[in-house]
Amino acid sequence: MATFNLKINGETKKVDVDGSTPMLWVLRDHLQMVGTKYGCGIAQCGACTVHLNDNAVRSCQLPVSAVGEQEITTIEGLSENGDHPVQQAWLEVDVPQCGYCQAGQIMTASALLKKNPTPTDDEIATAMNGNICRCGTYTRIRKAVKMAADNS
Amino acid sequence: MSIVKTKVGRRAFIRNTSLASGGLVIGFSWLNSCKPKEAAKIVAMEMPKEWFQINGFLKIGDNGVVTIMSPNPEIGQNVKTAMPMIVAEELDTAWKNVLVEQAPLNTDIFTRQLAGGSQSIRQGWEGLRMAGATARTMLKQAAADAWQVAINEIQTSEGVVSHTASGKSATYGELASAAAKLEVPEEVSLKETSDFTIIGTDKKNVDGHQIVTGQSLFGLDIQKEGMLIAMVTQPPAFGMKFKAIDSSKAESMPGIKAIFPITVYPEGIKKQWSDGGAVPEMVAIVGESTWQCMQAKKALDITWEQAEKAEDTAYHNRELDNLLNTKPASPARADGNVEAAFKNAAKIVESTYSAPFLAHNTMEPMNFYAHVTPEKAELLGPIQTPEYLELTLAEVLEMPLEKIDIMMTRMGGGFGRRLYGSFGVEAAMISKKMNAPIKLVYTREDDMAQGTYRPSYKIRYKAGLDEEGNLIAWHVRGAGTNDDLVFENRFPAGAVDNYLAEKLSLSTNVTTGAWRAPRSNFIAGAEQAFIDEVAEAAGKDPIAFRLELFDRAISKPVGDTEKNDYDPERYAGVLKLVKEKSNWQIGDNRGVAAYYCHNSYVAQVLDVTMNGDTPKVGTVHCAVDCGIVINPLSAKNQIEGGIIDGIGHATFSELTFKEGEPQQHNFDRYRLMRNTEAPEKIETYFVDNGIAPTGLGEPSLPPVQGALANALYKATGRRYYQQPFITDKPPLVG
Ligand code: FES
Ligand code: FES
Repeated sequence: MATFNLKINGETKKVDVDGSTPMLWVLRDHLQMVGTKYGCGIAQCGACTVHLNDNAVRSCQLPVSAVGEQEITTIEGLSENGDHPVQQAWLEVDVPQCGYCQAGQIMTASALLKKNPTPTDDEIATAMNGNICRCGTYTRIRKAVKMAADNS
Repeated sequence: MSIVKTKVGRRAFIRNTSLASGGLVIGFSWLNSCKPKEAAKIVAMEMPKEWFQINGFLKIGDNGVVTIMSPNPEIGQNVKTAMPMIVAEELDTAWKNVLVEQAPLNTDIFTRQLAGGSQSIRQGWEGLRMAGATARTMLKQAAADAWQVAINEIQTSEGVVSHTASGKSATYGELASAAAKLEVPEEVSLKETSDFTIIGTDKKNVDGHQIVTGQSLFGLDIQKEGMLIAMVTQPPAFGMKFKAIDSSKAESMPGIKAIFPITVYPEGIKKQWSDGGAVPEMVAIVGESTWQCMQAKKALDITWEQAEKAEDTAYHNRELDNLLNTKPASPARADGNVEAAFKNAAKIVESTYSAPFLAHNTMEPMNFYAHVTPEKAELLGPIQTPEYLELTLAEVLEMPLEKIDIMMTRMGGGFGRRLYGSFGVEAAMISKKMNAPIKLVYTREDDMAQGTYRPSYKIRYKAGLDEEGNLIAWHVRGAGTNDDLVFENRFPAGAVDNYLAEKLSLSTNVTTGAWRAPRSNFIAGAEQAFIDEVAEAAGKDPIAFRLELFDRAISKPVGDTEKNDYDPERYAGVLKLVKEKSNWQIGDNRGVAAYYCHNSYVAQVLDVTMNGDTPKVGTVHCAVDCGIVINPLSAKNQIEGGIIDGIGHATFSELTFKEGEPQQHNFDRYRLMRNTEAPEKIETYFVDNGIAPTGLGEPSLPPVQGALANALYKATGRRYYQQPFITDKPPLVG
């Protein structure tokens, strides 16, 4: 066990956990931030995607000891009131079916748009390829990312 | 306007719960803590000071805000929006004034609280309309009493009751208190479908905001005071059972509270069908956090023993082949004489199709919260069959039903997996043993390797054509693992003079069960690919060939028409619609398919291009006849999901076995379709016929596999008989 002071969504959070614990479980079990989802635990599905200094990373592969001073943003901290352009586009297009994968999809999409505000259709699909949606909302996801790009 | 009785069958459909119980029937106080704290924030409406319960489905606030309960489990099929829309329509309130809540399991008020068979809307339709209409009638009665006028002179519109002659009006909020005290009327009138203002309009997902802001909604998100995490380790292979454990190393790991073998289903216990995939004995790991339990689980030293045969995929395939060469004792259906017809046929076409086992792979793995004490059992989690779970819990916990409370969370996918709720029983038994609240969590590996899989299938078709290319004989023989596959009374039964359907089942110890559109999810694709071959042999356009058959089924149906499980006119209707919308012409690397299941008709045309060995679908045109569409926005989402699901699984997915052990445990080896592989565009067209609504969550999946196979044939010149069409291992991503 060790103590970590983590910068999450603009706040400092203190946790006492084993250093090997993935951020996914630190967020979900220790900080009660359950928006970041568990889907595979092996970097295949993208459900656990968060931002680490603006980069989309898989929190199931990120040991808490590796975070240090870097800033983490989760779905809960993407915007104050759920009004990030990507979130708004997701609502407008009515993307979710079951909804379980969508936090990860939104975090991947918002990281993409930060780096590349005007992605092509191919760039969008390729960037979203690491995020599985078992319900099959892929066409709506692409539409919503495009809409968010146009609106921001 | 139609008048309906408010009592149906053995249950009073609509009861005035405020009279019956003198209080709210909704929500258990222990559940309230799991509601997102921010819920109020997202609601851009003022909360009433007082609520008045009108019936089990709805309550009205003193300011006119209405809360409508959504009775059925939500697995992503969006009933949580659609069911309340139906109630709101008949209540005649504005949708913006409606709040939606998930109802707990309550068999006194609600019927069929089950997500399965695409039946929530179809079977809920009348009851939901009645719930709204009853409340509307009671509000009108309250106004009539207050104004001393006849109820039939009173109108309602968007939450306001008015009386034209006297110029009086009052809001639902103002009348709710009086209405709640009235007796439930014996009969009520329903709206004409042409007067609908909510049904048939696009309404956004009621949980949308919570989903995109990452709030606690799913079973896996549950956090409770004093709650421990539990995991289980079940036998690694089918045919094996628990023998012994050495947990000394794992027990001393940080955060671990207990490790023990547990009998979840004691011998002789009465099981429900929903316990289909249940393993009686396993090892439980209980600890403080998920990660700690995962580590301890890996450190366990468990001895398993072989109790039954260890089966391989090669064995399943060989045995299914043997079955296809076996004549069953009696046919499922026989019209005319196929043998004689084949002798006279000018041309014969014969093909065999196969498909592997599939896992459900809901994105949210199985899990359940349970708190069992000697006094009561509280369960909360993702379950498609809460009513059956409760029956099994009563058995294993030896507790009366009224001491068991079950609440459904929003589910991270279902696809049939959560019909089989043994994980809920496991959670309850572990909680009982620990005497503590626990949340049972399956790892992805547990979830994939411990499923109730889509059976593996093989099917052989043989068709005979006469000189003019008319279909004169059809023979189908199908076999599945634990499943006899063939729907003998579906198309083309009734459209061919000589027809023979035979079905066989291979018994296996691999647990199988319903997977989105059971049986149809394979047989539709096989049948529609075969029809394409037959049309080609007949030298006819594939759509024209199918339409000829429907014409035959309409004008001069074969056999006992009562038995035929489809309406050929509606079938032909979707085919004609998709033909028109897609500007159908042969060539163009395009394929067509049509199928009927879950009481709905779907026809699709799609085009495909090959990217090396991998197909890429361009536009899918999809015509759907599912009767009245409640919410077109989300109905299209369901159709799109079914299409992507169907194409993805037919192209990429399979679960194989070696010595009883699934060979895929996670998404590194089990390939699911990804974004770049999904169709470019999906266009959905609904038939507008005003017929009462039918299934929507499943019917778009089955035919698309046939449309894909047919388009692939155009693109590559070869027929695709075996699923998955592409068997490459998935690329590593991330
Ligand atoms: S849970 Fe991290 S990628 Fe799947
Ligand atoms: S919406 Fe269900 S997994 Fe994506």
